[in-house]
Amino acid sequence: MSVLGLASQALEIVAALALAPLLAGWVGQCRAWLQNRTAPGLLQPYRVLHKLFNKDSVLAANASPLFRTAPYVIFGCMTLACGIVPTLSTDLPLSPAADAIALVGLFALARVFAALAAMDVGTAFGSLGARREMLVGFLAEPALLMVFFTAALISNSTSLTSIVRTLSAQEIGIQPSLALAAVALIMVALAENARVPVDNPATHLELTMVHEALILEYSGRHLALIEWAAALKLFAYACIGMALFAPWGVAHAQAPAALLTAAPVLVAKLAATGFLLALLETLSAKMRIFRVPEFLGMAFMLAVIAMLVKILLGAGPQ
Amino acid sequence: MSGLMQQLVNLFAALLLLLAFAMLAQRRILSLIHLYTLQGVVLVAATAVMGYATRQPHLYVSAGMTLALKVLLIPWLLHRVINRLNVRWDMEMLINVPTTLIAGIVLVIFAFYLAAPIAGLAASIARGTLGIALACVLLSFMMMITRSKAVPQVIGFLAMENGLFFAATAATYGMPMVVELGIALDVLVGILILGVFLFQIREQFDSLDIRHLEKLKDD
Repeated sequence: MSVLGLASQALEIVAALALAPLLAGWVGQCRAWLQNRTAPGLLQPYRVLHKLFNKDSVLAANASPLFRTAPYVIFGCMTLACGIVPTLSTDLPLSPAADAIALVGLFALARVFAALAAMDVGTAFGSLGARREMLVGFLAEPALLMVFFTAALISNSTSLTSIVRTLSAQEIGIQPSLALAAVALIMVALAENARVPVDNPATHLELTMVHEALILEYSGRHLALIEWAAALKLFAYACIGMALFAPWGVAHAQAPAALLTAAPVLVAKLAATGFLLALLETLSAKMRIFRVPEFLGMAFMLAVIAMLVKILLGAGPQ
Repeated sequence: MSGLMQQLVNLFAALLLLLAFAMLAQRRILSLIHLYTLQGVVLVAATAVMGYATRQPHLYVSAGMTLALKVLLIPWLLHRVINRLNVRWDMEMLINVPTTLIAGIVLVIFAFYLAAPIAGLAASIARGTLGIALACVLLSFMMMITRSKAVPQVIGFLAMENGLFFAATAATYGMPMVVELGIALDVLVGILILGVFLFQIREQFDSLDIRHLEKLKDD
């Protein structure tokens, strides 16, 4: 563990915390442009966070301590997740602490706490949202694991840093298995981040909302933390996608100077990812909740096929 | 160079498998025909690439034939049929989609397992794709089984032929010209007869559900 490693780790977490609301704002802006609406400012998520942090938090009379700790747990999980995924450098002291499988576990932990907190107060919407969230979650998780396994098969390691190191060292070639896994990951990311075909982040319509129903009882700083954690989750998923399928421009331990160029590359890649997400959201219509298992079953199947194709056809470019 | 060609063939093979799964999950007949057309396009590309990589000019001929027949003529015929029958949307599945997809994964594993020893013997650049071709055949076969309407079954039959064609190209660089011409003609005549057959089924039973055919006499 070197000083430089610690520095890049700290830099990465700070970058994630700072850039995540910006990414959310950018996606919202792209969506607004694509739908011929006037876009809110790029900094709108920061303003929302600032407003919420300055407001008083209102708790239900029968809320247990779990309800109050859940936002901190969720926020902590997402911050750690962003710290594990290599965005700027592969020289991360935190990475031996958790590999790709543990990363999926981190997301699951956050989800369980969100669901428990939603059911804690005992409102109808909370438990409805919690059930739907668990439905989406238990279908999305295996698909996400399969995506990671495909990448792990190619690089012979489940550690995200060594996956990125192997993949970025490879010569650029066409890898059908990675292409299939990328489609699967996009589908999982749409479902997990409550994006349009599965859930609409902008709606408060009782019958369709999933993520909003979960956090209906939160206010003030708790809500701010949860909103920030949601932005961090989107950021983490975008970074996972970039780490697995476009791992170029990340600094390695041997070349710390690349850290300087890694930051602009990261911003550029994030901008492209955000635009792609907004485009996908604009092009698709929200599906019925009972179609979601089909959608995620498709993602799981794609990821499994990716793995099978990898086993049958070999690694592609050697 | 041949490395790139092999990658391209592998990519097309993966696309074919993906399209076979997409057809398995598709609920609309119109989209099913679009997927079938797309499968034809990928097949043409794969055959042409293989012809270029192995310098076998007769593969170009079969690619051209596939283009004319499976990308242009048959989809056009199918579009005509569904417009005349007015069945652009409805589609009934005997098993729900997620179950079908999981069964499909099992089929793919079975096909890969079956093809692995054969692929070890072959020397063509596309030996790895034999398993995928076999999987496509089995998936199309399952699509025929899980659909109760006649039109999707016809499309399943055609998709199965696509898989067989790809298997032949992958394993042995295509069949002899005479055989290939014969099969192409067979498919063409088959689709014409099936087209007439569809109209007859509809006239007789007022629906395209082939379960009506299981009854031997009127009751």
